[in-house]
Amino acid sequence: MVGVHTQDLRKVYSSSPPAAAAGGFAPRADGKKGKSAKVQIPALDGLSLEIHPGEIFGLLGPNGAGKSTTVGVLTTRVRPNSGQAWVGDHDVWKEPALVKRLIGVVPQRPNLDFSLTAREILLFHAAYFGIGFRQRDERANALLEKFKLTERANQMVRGFSGGMMQRLSIARAMMHNPQVLFLDEPSAGLDPQTRILLWEIIREYHQAGKTILLTTHNMDEADALCQRLVIVDHGHVIALGTPKELKASIPGGFLLRLRFGRQPADLIERLQGLAGVREVRTADTAGMDIYADRGGSLIPEIASLAASSGAELSDVHISEPSLENLFLHHTGRSLRD
Amino acid sequence: MNWKTFGAMLARDAHVARRNAIQLFLQTFLQPLLFVFIFGRVMVGSGYLPPQYKSLLLPGIIAICMVFTGIWAVAMPLIAEFQWTREIEDRLLAPIGVGWVAIEKVIAGMLQALIAGLVVIPLAWLVLRPGVEISIGSPWTFAAIILLVATFSACGGLALGCTINQQHIGLMFGMVITPMIFFGCTYYPWSALKSFPILQKAVLINPLVYASEGMRATLVPQFPHLSITAVLGALLCFDVLLLVVGLRQFERKAVS
Repeated sequence: MVGVHTQDLRKVYSSSPPAAAAGGFAPRADGKKGKSAKVQIPALDGLSLEIHPGEIFGLLGPNGAGKSTTVGVLTTRVRPNSGQAWVGDHDVWKEPALVKRLIGVVPQRPNLDFSLTAREILLFHAAYFGIGFRQRDERANALLEKFKLTERANQMVRGFSGGMMQRLSIARAMMHNPQVLFLDEPSAGLDPQTRILLWEIIREYHQAGKTILLTTHNMDEADALCQRLVIVDHGHVIALGTPKELKASIPGGFLLRLRFGRQPADLIERLQGLAGVREVRTADTAGMDIYADRGGSLIPEIASLAASSGAELSDVHISEPSLENLFLHHTGRSLRD
Repeated sequence: MNWKTFGAMLARDAHVARRNAIQLFLQTFLQPLLFVFIFGRVMVGSGYLPPQYKSLLLPGIIAICMVFTGIWAVAMPLIAEFQWTREIEDRLLAPIGVGWVAIEKVIAGMLQALIAGLVVIPLAWLVLRPGVEISIGSPWTFAAIILLVATFSACGGLALGCTINQQHIGLMFGMVITPMIFFGCTYYPWSALKSFPILQKAVLINPLVYASEGMRATLVPQFPHLSITAVLGALLCFDVLLLVVGLRQFERKAVS
């Protein structure tokens, strides 16, 4: 089994980020004005990770957090400005050809060879990895069957739907039976049925002793699949642990988002005095986030407290312990922002 | 170096070329053959051009055919594959150095250019005959020249394909390809430019000049042509220069 680790990775793009790491980067004009001023886009800011051999590891974060750039660096497609990355014992940037033998990559956007049919894509991919003719034929047939693509196997992929292309991309990444599988937003654009099929296949591949690194901004997916995960934002790690540990680290666990029409000055203090309330934060000018041990049962007390202090409660949203809340707790922003 | 991977990538390109064989054939040969027919048969037959023009034209047509097949075979797929679909990534992720993916493209382009050259000779001869006087005096020199021309075309395709974006393909034809053909001594020998001394010097930066003159020197030495040494030297320089530039551009596109 093969592990993956990175140390203090930094990456700044000096123009728009590449396709391998497309995301919602916020451009920052650097220094000088005029034509010579280059747009500097920081993507990774000292990112260190340790992914154990044989685990399903999740990279969670909003668009532009640096997830795809991390995958890009680990898969030889994005050269970091500094820092190091290893797959197994191999330094990614010193022995890229050896590293490529160990990894399978499913990019965020399908990058299938449009000049070939679905079956040929799998067969040529296996040929690039030096797999013999008979073996590649057997493997291609098995994977086409598994990903429900047998009927379309001999068609050019140009006419495939997004979901079919995604399935074929994953099948292709598994063709050479890599030790480490990188999946960048694997279920983006998949229908719920196919997503479940994909999760099953990922779990099965993991059971065969393989290491899997997946990026997602879908909390359910991270929760359902990952043994450990890291939450990244602005190119560095903000939290690391098992989904359970991470969720337990949110004060109280429950999050109540309140909106007020009018908000008296002493409201925060009075809310903090309620039983079960762990932390109260002002969310914006007229909002408050309450982290608490209980959810719905707090509402009557909050409502009467608000009424007695002259605050006008206009909206209440209760969420149960989730990674989404964790992200919000650490960054003050929602994952979907 | 991983020869299995390299071979598989070549096999993939050959497979795609076979699949598009008819399209490639028309694209490669139709225009040169029409040109040969109009200038070599119609214009010569009706007396507007002297009969010797047939023999003068043929080497230029071979050069155009080879050079543009090579450029086209490497540049167009690269332009498409480096676009947002990033189709080339399955090869960039193959267990081989990224530079070898570019070299493979160059070898595939060279092979296509050589095939185009070897096919257009009998085809053009069939359209032009009778009255074409070509002879391969020194087969080794001829082989060296067509090999260097094929290399230059494929390396040029690599450099262009990794520099130009899809939206600039039209501009590439207008600004690079068309002037290259007309100032490439393809339809006339270089010596014909002697009444335009500045132009005659200026066209020497155009590698197609050496391709055409090299073909002329080996196939129809009875016409004026540049010396074979100059042709071989210049083509070798262009090959190295375009390969270095092309590889650098390729790596820039491949790894961000």
